[in-house]
Amino acid sequence: MISTFVNIGERTNVTGSARFKKLILDGDYEAALAVARQQVESGAQIIDVNMDEGLLDSQAAMVRFLHLIASEPDISRVPVMIDSSKWPIIEAGLKCVQGKAIVNSISMKEGEEAFLHQAKLVRRYGAAVVVMAFDEQGQADTAERKFKICARSYRLLTEKINFPPEDIIFDPNIFAVATGIEEHNNYAVEFFDAVRRIKAELPFCRTSGGVSNVSFSFRGNNPVREAMHAVFLYHAIRAGLDMGIVNAGQLMVYEEIPKPLLERVEDVILNRRPDATERLLEIAEEFRAGGGAQQEGPDLSWREAEVEKRLEHALVKGITEFILEDTEAARQQAARSLDVIEGPLMRGMNVVGDLFGAGKMFLPQVVKSARVMKQAVAHLLPFMEQERADSGEAAKVNGKIIMATVKGDVHDIGKNIVGVVLQCNNYDVVDLGVMTPVDRILEAARREKADIIGLSGLITPSLDEMCTVAAEMERQGFSIPLLIGGATTSKIHTAVKIAPNYLKGQVVYVVDASRAVSVVSDLLNEDLRAANIEAVRLEYSDIASRHARGSGREGRRATLLEARANRLKLTWAGYQPPRPSFLGLKNFEDYDLADLAACIDWSPFFQSWELTGTYPAILQDKRVGEAAQNLFKDAQAMLKTVIMESWIKPHAVIGFWPANAIGDDIELYTDDTRRERLAIIHCLRQQMHRGDGKDNFCLADYVAPKETGIADYIGGFAVTAGHGVEKIAARFQVAHDDYSSIMVKALADRFAEAFAEHMHAQVRRVYWGYAPEEALDNAALIAEAYRGIRPAPGYPACPDHTEKRALFDLLKAEKNAGIDLTENFAMMPAASVSGYYFSHPGSRYFGVGRIDRDQVEDYAARKGMSLREAERWLASNLNYTPVAGGEAAE
Amino acid sequence: MIEVENPRIVNLKQSLEKRILVIDGGMGTMIQTYGLSEAGFRRARFAGHNHDLRGNGDLLTLTQPQIIAEIHGQYLEAGADILLTNTFSSTVVAQADYALTDIVTELNYEAARLARKVADEFSARTPDKMRWVAGALGPTNRTASISPDVNDPGFRNISFDELRSAYGQATAALIDGGADFILIETVFDTLNCKAAIFAVEETFDAKGVRLPIMISGTITDLSGRTLTGQTPEAFWYSVRHAQPFAVGLNCALGAEQMRPHIAELARVADTAISAYPNAGLPNGFGGYDETPETTAAHVGEWARSGLINLAGGCCGTTPAHIRAIAQAVADVAPRKIPARPKTMRLSGLEPFIFPIASDTQPEFAR
Repeated sequence: MISTFVNIGERTNVTGSARFKKLILDGDYEAALAVARQQVESGAQIIDVNMDEGLLDSQAAMVRFLHLIASEPDISRVPVMIDSSKWPIIEAGLKCVQGKAIVNSISMKEGEEAFLHQAKLVRRYGAAVVVMAFDEQGQADTAERKFKICARSYRLLTEKINFPPEDIIFDPNIFAVATGIEEHNNYAVEFFDAVRRIKAELPFCRTSGGVSNVSFSFRGNNPVREAMHAVFLYHAIRAGLDMGIVNAGQLMVYEEIPKPLLERVEDVILNRRPDATERLLEIAEEFRAGGGAQQEGPDLSWREAEVEKRLEHALVKGITEFILEDTEAARQQAARSLDVIEGPLMRGMNVVGDLFGAGKMFLPQVVKSARVMKQAVAHLLPFMEQERADSGEAAKVNGKIIMATVKGDVHDIGKNIVGVVLQCNNYDVVDLGVMTPVDRILEAARREKADIIGLSGLITPSLDEMCTVAAEMERQGFSIPLLIGGATTSKIHTAVKIAPNYLKGQVVYVVDASRAVSVVSDLLNEDLRAANIEAVRLEYSDIASRHARGSGREGRRATLLEARANRLKLTWAGYQPPRPSFLGLKNFEDYDLADLAACIDWSPFFQSWELTGTYPAILQDKRVGEAAQNLFKDAQAMLKTVIMESWIKPHAVIGFWPANAIGDDIELYTDDTRRERLAIIHCLRQQMHRGDGKDNFCLADYVAPKETGIADYIGGFAVTAGHGVEKIAARFQVAHDDYSSIMVKALADRFAEAFAEHMHAQVRRVYWGYAPEEALDNAALIAEAYRGIRPAPGYPACPDHTEKRALFDLLKAEKNAGIDLTENFAMMPAASVSGYYFSHPGSRYFGVGRIDRDQVEDYAARKGMSLREAERWLASNLNYTPVAGGEAAE
Repeated sequence: MIEVENPRIVNLKQSLEKRILVIDGGMGTMIQTYGLSEAGFRRARFAGHNHDLRGNGDLLTLTQPQIIAEIHGQYLEAGADILLTNTFSSTVVAQADYALTDIVTELNYEAARLARKVADEFSARTPDKMRWVAGALGPTNRTASISPDVNDPGFRNISFDELRSAYGQATAALIDGGADFILIETVFDTLNCKAAIFAVEETFDAKGVRLPIMISGTITDLSGRTLTGQTPEAFWYSVRHAQPFAVGLNCALGAEQMRPHIAELARVADTAISAYPNAGLPNGFGGYDETPETTAAHVGEWARSGLINLAGGCCGTTPAHIRAIAQAVADVAPRKIPARPKTMRLSGLEPFIFPIASDTQPEFAR
């Protein structure tokens, strides 16, 4: 329920932001626009514009600013809240916005007639409205009066002028507490009670409030104010508060409020004891400067060391808080800015590198260190450019590396981590991003005079792309090393399939990010380079020849006919497949992130940071436990913001169709008459030789064969939690914060998987509805203790990625969920999952494994594909070496 | 105020539930086929006017009413249910280009009367099939959301209130002339449209009547946005307060390019959907080549896909196009109007839907 809270920033509000006020008073509208832009870029869903300032022609300023915003599509993307206490300013603002805005605010202060007149105009201008709990008697302070005024306004608006109730937002007045005046002590509680009643009794309306009012008596003590805002919001949202005007930067994370402070703030907000104010005042001073004095706060004794030691500490611990001032202090002591980098900063990073190499630091910590380093370097950059212009000297780097996710693939978390780790070690990394075609990679390598190229990919077709890049490097006469990494890559594939394409240079497999630095430094070390490359070459040719010798080692495959004869034979007689609650498609937009967060399987999250172990045991692990705990804490904090600020928009589409199996294919029909064929899902069958009494599985075995005449069904789904992620990740990158950038992507991946899990549960319980009583906790879900499966095209049970096209056409997934397919059938955004639903109680996950030419020929014919093309898409599953070479081979 | 229980309006709303209604086709491109000279536009009445008038198609309502009536008749003959008044530019803002701001009331009044007369003749011939007149408010040639001066993005050459007053004048005359409903069309700037909505409501108040409103936006290019940058969904949320009986798109694009945007509107709008595309994209000479069969094939597919409730043609479409469209949609059920959950739906250039939390926002039966 927290996920629905909408936070409205107040940085373009002259009463809320001193900086904005100054810009407007100075007439610096350029800079004022930049504030608005930044606010939208950092995720504001609505921007509040307020020009109520005595020294200003407020109406002219409102009109001018709204006109300027209209010319800036990256700002006017979002709706505006026209905020003024003066009706003429509001009306002037309403005449400037083409979108549907919110008016903030009107009230019955001047009686019903003026109120209804204004409300009617608001409606006629096409806006929603904030109504203050204010009447002829004044502002309401008790819950009772707040509610009464809101209820009266609601009736007038909905009954007298037909104002849509969903366009009404009540602001039941947030007043300062802990002012020393006893009557004020219960103000927050009164607000919560009023919100609760408004939400319960006035249907469809929303509630809002200006949160910073509550802490007014602690002006000048931001830590306490932030804690008060966080506590206030925590309880207000639970009471049903829908939106609030609060500066997101002035908000502590509720869980992170130091315990003693939390207790006393909560006493004040909830009015739990008569001496609450005194008790908060007692400790408030301790927290004023950021909490140095009390024991639960961070230990700041390191601040007393020399600047060099401070930089090292910040780098090792990943603390960005003081990095700018320390970097600046170091710069002022140094002869040149470059000396700061090459001296204390590099020394600090070397410590990080040593600890990492010794297994005493782990990836997430290194990436956090990199964030500190990047911010320090960003601070020094302008000075260095000036000095370079003066002296002509440039910084030395260890080498230059081009990194890219190959064409047709969109996955980049691993690649980004490798890039950061290399940067930490003073390599210059040029990251070309995702879906990078070979010519762009090689063009960049030439232009940048790269020392190494690194390729990444996650889906199986990317393996083929990597071969293409290797072959192109050979053709174009490159000789620099080519690194291969990513989830589907392997040493054996690299040695057998990729390396032979590129003999002028060496292809090297990198197993994970931790190894990247040692691999790269081995390859670039002038003295050892040749020997190292030779060692890799020997190893790979050994692997390749062993592979060639041993290609029949896995034993004879069953022929396709034998495998089919040994199919899984479910008993269909007497089985009545469940009919889904609907046929066709169902869309889900903007799914509730909080619901999904509960389904997250955290273990893979730790894996993506190269921390191995099972959640939650990993948090107690002797070796990585501490790193895991810190990572988890950061992840939880970001998770909360992701939900609070709706950074991610999860969409999904699911569908069900009548279906029957025909051999190894599944035929889908347009309707229950089963006369018209809608599509075919082509499946592959295991061909391992079964002496063990097991069956040769194929997904089609789980659907009633057509000849049984039994009406069976199949489902499909595509879910994504990737919309919005790139924007946020880019924002972090701009702020030199790769740690958060990678974190948000890793979380998005978890949300996507959680969405698939959650949706599958909904399908079993409701939409297909064959397990209405199912009640499993998250651990049981992760353990797949349920009936039915949801295999995904491109993965072991159905390894052909091209089948995704048909699934997407069935689901109209591009349109319905906003997921696109690349030319190699990677889903975009990357944090997406798609697959089929099978309902039969006997359906189990399995891996198709290696298949023989007889099946590939049969499959290609069924799909209307050439053998060559089928072999290309199924390359990772072939139990034979296809006829190689150019067209002549066909 | 009471919504007038006009039997024609009752019939319009009933008909919309039963079938897809057909709107007429292009007016300007049909006028061009008459090859009128400057003198043909002026005739005796404006012989001495101090400004060129050729190209002011709306003026023909006064100077060559038989031509306009003939075009109206051809469209009804072809199967159109709804005639648009010949008033695309009949506002003081647009007529200022011809120095004819003083006849704007007359232009609107006579155009509505003329369309009314032709529609009534046809309705009388086939009493079971009523024909309606849409009093058309065009976009004007100015935009309230964009500065014409690249060096001063805060500047505007038209204000909300100027537009509001211009639209109010036109609306009053269209009502007096007998329009059945008001159509705010070819909207490329939603702020202009909002000024029109404001003016129409104000005029209804002043006259003590209330006609249905229909709104038709324009996606100006393949970016899928209005000229002022809104997505179709954001556009809908910006104008929904007018409670139009239909919303849709017209002009600028051919049917093929318009489809995804109509589909988006059809998905989000809880009212009838209208679409009257151009006859394809303009060719190199500014003409339109798309055949009636091609246009109708697209529109027919929309109908079968359940996207539309009203269909017709805009620039370059002819009675032959309308005939083909009428045939293509004749036996297809109109789109079912979806109910959408009640929640605040705002917009900038893009939509913002206030999240619905089922546990904090109980659904009340109302």
